[in-house]
Amino acid sequence: MPPKQAAEAIDAVWRIESARLIAGLARIVGDVGLAEDLAQDALVAALEQWPASGVPDNPGAWLMATAKHRAIDQLRRRKMQDTKHEHLGRELSERQVSPEEDLAEALDDQVGDDLLSLIFTACHPVLTTEARVALTLRLLGGLTTEEIARAFLVPKATIQQRIVRAKRTLAAARVPFELPRGAQLAERLESVLEVIYLVFNEGYSATAGEDWVRPGLCEDALRLGRILAELAPAEPEVHGLVALMEIQASRIRARVGPGGEPILLLDQDRGKWDHLLISRGLAALERAERSGGGGTYGPYALQAAIAACHARAHTADETDWTRIVALYDALAQLVPSPVVELNRAVALGMAFGPAAGLELVDSLTADPALAGYHLLPSVRGDLLAKLGRFEEARAEFARAASLTQNSRERELLHKKREAL
Amino acid sequence: MRFMTIVKTRETGARPSPALIAKIGKLGAEAAQQGKMVGMGGLLPTATGARARLANGKITVTDGPFAEAKEVIGGYAIYEVASKKEAIEWTRRFLEAHVGLWDQELEVEVRQMMDAPEAGC
Repeated sequence: MPPKQAAEAIDAVWRIESARLIAGLARIVGDVGLAEDLAQDALVAALEQWPASGVPDNPGAWLMATAKHRAIDQLRRRKMQDTKHEHLGRELSERQVSPEEDLAEALDDQVGDDLLSLIFTACHPVLTTEARVALTLRLLGGLTTEEIARAFLVPKATIQQRIVRAKRTLAAARVPFELPRGAQLAERLESVLEVIYLVFNEGYSATAGEDWVRPGLCEDALRLGRILAELAPAEPEVHGLVALMEIQASRIRARVGPGGEPILLLDQDRGKWDHLLISRGLAALERAERSGGGGTYGPYALQAAIAACHARAHTADETDWTRIVALYDALAQLVPSPVVELNRAVALGMAFGPAAGLELVDSLTADPALAGYHLLPSVRGDLLAKLGRFEEARAEFARAASLTQNSRERELLHKKREAL
Repeated sequence: MRFMTIVKTRETGARPSPALIAKIGKLGAEAAQQGKMVGMGGLLPTATGARARLANGKITVTDGPFAEAKEVIGGYAIYEVASKKEAIEWTRRFLEAHVGLWDQELEVEVRQMMDAPEAGC
């Protein structure tokens, strides 16, 4: 096989196999850092051997067997004495390299639990949020350090360091590689969902930089969400988050103009929405409803239900704003926050007139949590403009423009101000 | 990047064995579990379908079966993956699942979908 072609084929196999490989190894060695190193060693071996030998019939099993050989080699070389490595030696000798098929079968039985444990470990509360994000993308998303760095617009060394530190923190805290149970599960799941949605949002409305959206990150988050939904199908909020991301992602093509400028929801060409994603999102929302016992939505499912109201409307005028207000009411009760209130104000303004919306927004202007938040003056500006109070509206748009970190959004706000 | 894989085969009336169906199902589940399979489906025999054709400004509709066709589309899958190579790797696994369980020739067209990739999710 020509080297370039082989490298591409190996990259493809790696993207399919790496998470399972790391997860399976982590169960055996009890340490995700070591598991990743072993998996990387196996990848290096593949890069050395496959160009000559061709890709094996069962590449996943090949990588796993190779990683285990490396583990044994390392053990012998280093004669490690601590209990972790004793355990590793025991596990490896108990399941000495069996025929590849058997190994694959044995792994298959547990692969779901292993992957889930890997997600929970990568999103463990002992880690900072930034570390959780980097580790999740790296271990579950199969992204390289460079890809993560590019996605978050930070130097490669920063991500590298973040990942190394995260692995060290996990090892130092002796975080076990296992599934959280009982009351812990809900809390830990929340952290996982938060990490995935954070990745999505960073792609969907970039907080910094030149581009307003970075679809690659959305795609990664969506994939992580779908993986989680397959692994934990009984959790309504997992489906809720997937539904929310699928529906929001369906608009990506419509929310950026030809010059890269943002186009807001109500101005979008709905023909450009991705209907495959919309139908997947609506189906996920139904699953959220069903697994939640019907009727009660969690915060993600509620936001998905709001997004679904927009997705179902063929034109902006058909939007069921009254239902959106009701859903925001429910969301505000479940997770009260000034940002939710601000969104509720927008819905109120659409359903019952700008004066109703403005009344709520005005009650928020003193909230310290919204002090530097550009969307507050932006929403207020919109409502004031609709009420014909152009002078005040212009001032609000100018203020919003001065607060946003994103250059594309700033342009949009200036344009709005000038149009009045 | 979104790819559609289109499976083409001769229409002989042969039905896949339960073993083959199970193997393909497992592969599909695996791709779904990785969040990479966004849709798939099999097609009923052409006898239940029709063909509509535009030629010289005229539209004609013919009901199935398409007896004269050398090969027909039997099914499709839509993958969301990082590269064409990855779509090919999934397709290779799909074909490999048929080895020893399906004696007809199979061809899969791997095609990148126009609207999804660079522009959005």
